[in-house]
Amino acid sequence: MTRESYERELTQLKDDVVRMGEQAGEAIHRSVEALRNRDLEAAERVIAEDDTIDALHMSLEERCMRLLATQQPMARDLRTIAAVFAITIDLERMADHAEGISRAVKRLGTEPPVKPLVDIPKMDGLLQDMIRETLDAFRNLDAERARAVAKRDDAVDELRNRVLHELLDLMIKNPGIVPRALEILIVARHLERAADHLTNVCERIVYMVTGELRELNV
Amino acid sequence: MGDRVETQTTGLIDRTVGIQAENVHAWFDRLHALRGITLTIPERKVTAIIGPSGCGKSTFLRCLNRMHELIPGARVEGRILLGEEEIYGDGVDPVRVRRRIGMVFQKANPFPTMSIFDNVCAGLTLAGERNRRKLEAVVEQSLRAAVLWDEVKDRLQKSGTSLSGGQQQRLCIARALAVSPEVLLMDEPASALDPASTLRIEELARELAKDITIVIVTHNMQQAARVSELTGFFLDGELIEFGSTNELFTRPKDRRTEDYITGRFG
Repeated sequence: MTRESYERELTQLKDDVVRMGEQAGEAIHRSVEALRNRDLEAAERVIAEDDTIDALHMSLEERCMRLLATQQPMARDLRTIAAVFAITIDLERMADHAEGISRAVKRLGTEPPVKPLVDIPKMDGLLQDMIRETLDAFRNLDAERARAVAKRDDAVDELRNRVLHELLDLMIKNPGIVPRALEILIVARHLERAADHLTNVCERIVYMVTGELRELNV
Repeated sequence: MGDRVETQTTGLIDRTVGIQAENVHAWFDRLHALRGITLTIPERKVTAIIGPSGCGKSTFLRCLNRMHELIPGARVEGRILLGEEEIYGDGVDPVRVRRRIGMVFQKANPFPTMSIFDNVCAGLTLAGERNRRKLEAVVEQSLRAAVLWDEVKDRLQKSGTSLSGGQQQRLCIARALAVSPEVLLMDEPASALDPASTLRIEELARELAKDITIVIVTHNMQQAARVSELTGFFLDGELIEFGSTNELFTRPKDRRTEDYITGRFG
C-alpha cells in the first residue's frame, strides 16, 4: 500500500464510521416511530436491515486490522485507527438496541397503548441530537464537543427514570397492563443503553484527538 | 520468535553512569551538524535517538565517546558529562573516554583475522592482559551476556567472520562488553539483519539495560518503540522532542515529531 492509498484508506475509514453512525441513529429513530405508529412492517424492516450495519462493522474492523498490520501506524494515525476500532463496536451495539426496540414493537402488536407516548419520543429526539453532534465532533476532531455530548447522557437517564416511575404507578393501579407496560420499559431501557454507547463513542473521540483515555460522565 | 533472551552481566559490568549533554554543537568543517543539544540520558535504561537521514543522530552518538573529532575538520562545543566527568574537559584523555564507552556499529565488524575467542578479548589483550584463565573467564562471561555462548562455545577458535550476520553483531556486542564499559552506544545495530536476528538484538539490548546505560540510534521507528524507554527525535541538528517512548509514539507534543513518525515527511 502506498502512502497515498494509505491516506485514502484512512479517510474512507472515517467516512464509513460516520455513515455507520447515521445508520444506527436512523434505525433507532425508525424503531421508535414504528412503536408510535404500531407499524409492525416498519419494525420488521429495522430488524432485517441490522445485517447491513453488522456487515459494515465487520468491514471496518477488518480494515483497521489490515492497516495496523501493514502500515505500523503511529501517533494520530494509530489513535484514529484504535478509536475507529472501538467506536464501530459501540455503533453496532446501538443498532442492536434499535433491533431490540423493534422486537418489542412486534410483541406489542396492535394491542392498545397503556398510556400516550411522551417521554419515549423525547428520549429518541435527544438521542438523535446527540448522535448528530457526536458524528460532527468525530468529523471535525472536536474533543470539546464530544465531552459536551457525553454530559447530555444524564438527561436521557432522567427521562428513562420518569418512564419507569410513571409505568410503575400505572402497573400498581392496574396489574392487567403489566405485560404491555414492561415492553415500554424495555424500549426505554434500550434507548438509555444506546445513549451509554454514545458516551463511549465520545470517549474515543476525545482519545483520538487528544491522546487522553478517560471515562466521560461517570 | 526464538528463545527468550536471558543475559547475565554479573562480574562484567560493575559500574554504569548516565550522560548529560549541555548545549552540544558539532561541525564537519563548516557544516553545522548539531545545534545546541541538551539532553539527559538516564542510567540503566535504553534511550533511542530517531530522526531522518542527516538529522545529526549518529553525530550526536559519536560526540558521546569523542569519536566525532576523529574525522578531519570535525569539532565539538558544549559540555558532555559522563557521570561526574566532563569528557571534553581539559586534560581528559579521549582514549580513556572511549574505553569507558562501548560502541556497536551498523555493520558487524569482527576483526577478520581473529578467532571468536580473540575477538572477544581483543580489548583486554591490547591493554596487556596475559592471564589465560582471566581471559577465558571474561570471554565466557561476555559471550553469555551477549547470548552467543551456547552457539559458539564449541568453536571458539573459528574465525569471527565464520558466523552469521546476527551472530557477528552479537560477537561485537560481546567484544564491547568484555572491557567492562559504563555505557553502550549502538548505531543502527540491526539495520543489516533479518527480522529474527533484529529481534534478538533488541531483546538483548533490553536485557543489558538492566545493568548498563544504552543509547541506540535507529532509522527503524518500530525498533525504537519496542526497545527503548526514552526517545529523542532529532531534526536538522536539533532535538525537537525528548520523552517517554510510549508518549512520543502515541501522542507526540511537537507537530514535526508527529509528521515524521506518521510518515508524512522524512
